[in-house]
Amino acid sequence: MSTIITSPAPEGFRVRMPVVDPETAVARARAHISLAETISQTFSMAWRALKKMRRNPEQFFDVTLQPLLFTAMFAYIFGGAISHIGGEAGVRSYLPLLIPGIVAQTVLTTCMATGVQLREDMEKGVFDRFKALPIARIAPLAGPMIADLVRYIIAAGLTFLTGVIIGYRPGGGALGVLGAMALAIFTGWALAWIFTFIGTIARNARSVQGISMLILFPLTFLSNAFVPVNSLPAALADFVRINPVSHLVSASRDLANLGVISGEVGWTVLAGLVVIVIFAPLSVYSYKRHL
Amino acid sequence: MTSISVTAHGLVKTFGELRAVDGIDLEVRQGEIFGVLGPNGAGKTTMLRMLATLLPIDSGEARVFGVDVAREPHRVRQLVGVTGQYASVDEELTATENLWLFGRLQGMRSADARSTAADLLAQFGLEDAANMTIAKFSGGMRRRLDLAASLITRPPLIFLDEPTTGLDPRTRGQMWDTIRGLVADGCTIMLTTQYLDEADQLADRIAVIDHGRKVAEGTPDELKTSVGNSTLQLELAAGADQDLAVQVVWRVVGREPVLTPESGRLNVPLEVADGAADVLIGLRQAGVTIASVSVTKPTLDEVFLALTGHDTGEADQTDETSSDELVEAR
Repeated sequence: MSTIITSPAPEGFRVRMPVVDPETAVARARAHISLAETISQTFSMAWRALKKMRRNPEQFFDVTLQPLLFTAMFAYIFGGAISHIGGEAGVRSYLPLLIPGIVAQTVLTTCMATGVQLREDMEKGVFDRFKALPIARIAPLAGPMIADLVRYIIAAGLTFLTGVIIGYRPGGGALGVLGAMALAIFTGWALAWIFTFIGTIARNARSVQGISMLILFPLTFLSNAFVPVNSLPAALADFVRINPVSHLVSASRDLANLGVISGEVGWTVLAGLVVIVIFAPLSVYSYKRHL
Repeated sequence: MTSISVTAHGLVKTFGELRAVDGIDLEVRQGEIFGVLGPNGAGKTTMLRMLATLLPIDSGEARVFGVDVAREPHRVRQLVGVTGQYASVDEELTATENLWLFGRLQGMRSADARSTAADLLAQFGLEDAANMTIAKFSGGMRRRLDLAASLITRPPLIFLDEPTTGLDPRTRGQMWDTIRGLVADGCTIMLTTQYLDEADQLADRIAVIDHGRKVAEGTPDELKTSVGNSTLQLELAAGADQDLAVQVVWRVVGREPVLTPESGRLNVPLEVADGAADVLIGLRQAGVTIASVSVTKPTLDEVFLALTGHDTGEADQTDETSSDELVEAR
């Protein structure tokens, strides 16, 4: 070590901006963050997440491929069996039941990616800086979730589009479909707080994935997304009836197929709000504590 | 109150069984560079992270410019800049985007954040790399950007966690000069390091940390005289009388040599390197034969040995330079 320092010291870099005087800085330092600042910081974090999405287009594989594959697959595999008609006509008669179900499923799967990506992100050095900056603790969590709206829109939009290509004709018209999409996107965003919370408590990204799967499977498959409730045994049917995903699927069907805003919409929105009210504060609390 | 930047009393952080920081008291004066010196795992980074609000304080009290760190972390965050051990910038964004984002997050308007980013990049010699993503940056460029990111609001106190670990000598010298420049502008700096020469070159005062405790504090000169300004390393020939050699050293330099774990090795602390000749002459006259000789500046290991009675415990990993010197000496 001592041998290294013999050469003349290289010149460093000079910063020309004046240092803030400590007394002024202390006097200026505020104890709380205003709502406007929180929102602005959240949008800055959303901007960061969007930049990263644009540079990693492979992040869009799940939201583009899954709607295309699952819609076609489920339609042709289950369609004939469920409608008892068989053939092309059977598939077509299953589509109004199936498409809103697939929308719910793809949006939920997208939620899971929110938690996994947050966890991966949190392990990077830049999160140290986010923690050290005087910013709202919710901004680094909510920012990426706002950016993820893009993914929900793609997922929901592509599913409906695939449906239409293979013969789905939504009776609710364009407005009904848009309504169903909006509801699915809201629900996805709300449920994503559960996965964000898991992202803040899990040991690593892999375990976020594991835990999320355990939550995701019963939520999507123990719902009326793919099969009518009355075809299920009583105990299972009871769970299916209280599952918020079932309400989302029913509400979407009413919107997309009939153009009707039914009571199911209310239940779905309520369930979404309950999830946000519980899991947003939990996530922020856990983010503050654990990292 | 105004002349003190950071105070800490009885700071404690435990991770399960491990008391990573075990009751540390500190006082950092305004306008100084305060060095926290210690080996890996001594608790330096943990302590710095507590002071910077990145880790909750388990027990004890810390204040930054009089503001309580545990009670008002949000206010403390407005007073300090933190540059971490691992680049705390976003790999996937460009240099400009990083600085713009940090400026925006701290309440700057978009145009102001943009011009501040451009200024800082120019002042840190990074304007050519302004639109490159950080993934393509060299280690030195990352550190510079990282430091620039901590200066956006020109906070009066900067925490630097091992600012030069892993940098080449030239880049390290450049970083040292930059840090001195910040202090000349009126900034207070608290930095951690595992290199004695870094603390020596930069710090006005140094606290030596080991196993979460402060084992010494003082100016670099005070610390070095506690171990001598340089060290004579002697390897005695097989069969040579070690006790006699110890006596000779005691008589010539008036200090006890430190016996290294390897048998037959003596480390003699010296006020001045010239003293080495006197020791060698004394040994020749006493008839003690020597296998090898080298004179080195004190390493962190030796400061540790002198202060704590044990070595850093991972000399091979943390202080490569000391083993380099041994190789050179042979």
